[in-house]
Amino acid sequence: MSSQAGASSSSGNIWSGGRSPFAVRWGKMYMWIFLISDAFTFSSLLVAYGTLRHTHSGIWPKPVDVFREFPFIHGHVPLAYVGLMTFILIMSSVTMVLAVDAGHSRRKKSVLLWLGLTIIGGCMFLGSQAWEWYHFITGSEEGAYISADGKFGRTDDLEPGVIRFHDGTMIEGTEAEHFKATAVKNIHGANLRENEYGNTPLFANFFFFITGFHGFHVFSGVLINLIVFILVSRGFLERKKDYELVEKVGLYWHFVDLVWVFVFTFFYLV
Amino acid sequence: MSDIHHEFISHASEDKAHSALNTKLIWKVFWILLGVTIFEVGISFSSIPHTILIWTFVALTLVKAYFIVGYFMHLRFEVVPLQWTILLPFILIVYLIILCLYEGVALGYLVY
Repeated sequence: MSSQAGASSSSGNIWSGGRSPFAVRWGKMYMWIFLISDAFTFSSLLVAYGTLRHTHSGIWPKPVDVFREFPFIHGHVPLAYVGLMTFILIMSSVTMVLAVDAGHSRRKKSVLLWLGLTIIGGCMFLGSQAWEWYHFITGSEEGAYISADGKFGRTDDLEPGVIRFHDGTMIEGTEAEHFKATAVKNIHGANLRENEYGNTPLFANFFFFITGFHGFHVFSGVLINLIVFILVSRGFLERKKDYELVEKVGLYWHFVDLVWVFVFTFFYLV
Repeated sequence: MSDIHHEFISHASEDKAHSALNTKLIWKVFWILLGVTIFEVGISFSSIPHTILIWTFVALTLVKAYFIVGYFMHLRFEVVPLQWTILLPFILIVYLIILCLYEGVALGYLVY
């Protein structure tokens, strides 16, 4: 108690240590703590995905054979669309850093410009994800067939009359016709119980949950960015003489981008 | 006293931000991230053995994570105690990965 007066006069007594150990304000520190907890949630989801994928490695679909559609292109271009989505999100992350950078030097108009572009990028990503989900759910024209002895064969819109199995073998012509005629089940697209991409519901379940959870983060991020955009445009941060709010929402936005980098690798590439 | 605290920190972190991260560096990081992503998509169609491919993807993902967290999220320019406080908990995730993948393979022998 008695030392307090002396210390604060010399070096700005912060809990008597003289300086802040983390050198960030509490708002930013709290944002980091939230992001760590959120990173743990996403890590657990991806680890769960990895675990069950290893368990069912024999029947798990190959992502290259699932995510291969592209708007206005008739044919298969595997991973191109999800690559584009990654580009959009990284791009919106860059505009976010530029917004934070402009905030540091108190350039209100630049903050609004870059933040606005970030919001547009976020909306573009959400739109792309909606398209991706639509194609995943509707699937191909003919879907997949399961025979009475449990063989799972996929058809392909570009190769009519051909049925491909997970082990790489294929049948065509009358053999394929027979397989279809005697099949006990024809699956179209994907839902939570079954999907035409592989003989396990887990693949679609994880797809919906992980990309959905991430997409909801992007959606929240867009809303929060929008709120900050309105605050900045009304001069709220100028009156506070402090643009740290942009920095905090920036941290969240970059985190969402970071999570996508991991989802991209472990869901689409590996 | 809280004013002093506030002033001290905001000045310190802003000076740092000005000197550390500029527009040129931001775009450089962007090109690195884009280049790595294109490279990843490119090699996913190559005939490199699957195991090597997977480890390459994991390594490149960590490279991207380093640039996003380090530069975009500014962690590289924060003080060391904050860096360790944020990064250290992720040892638990490494532990979880090893544990669960091992368990997942073992479970596969039981199921199939």
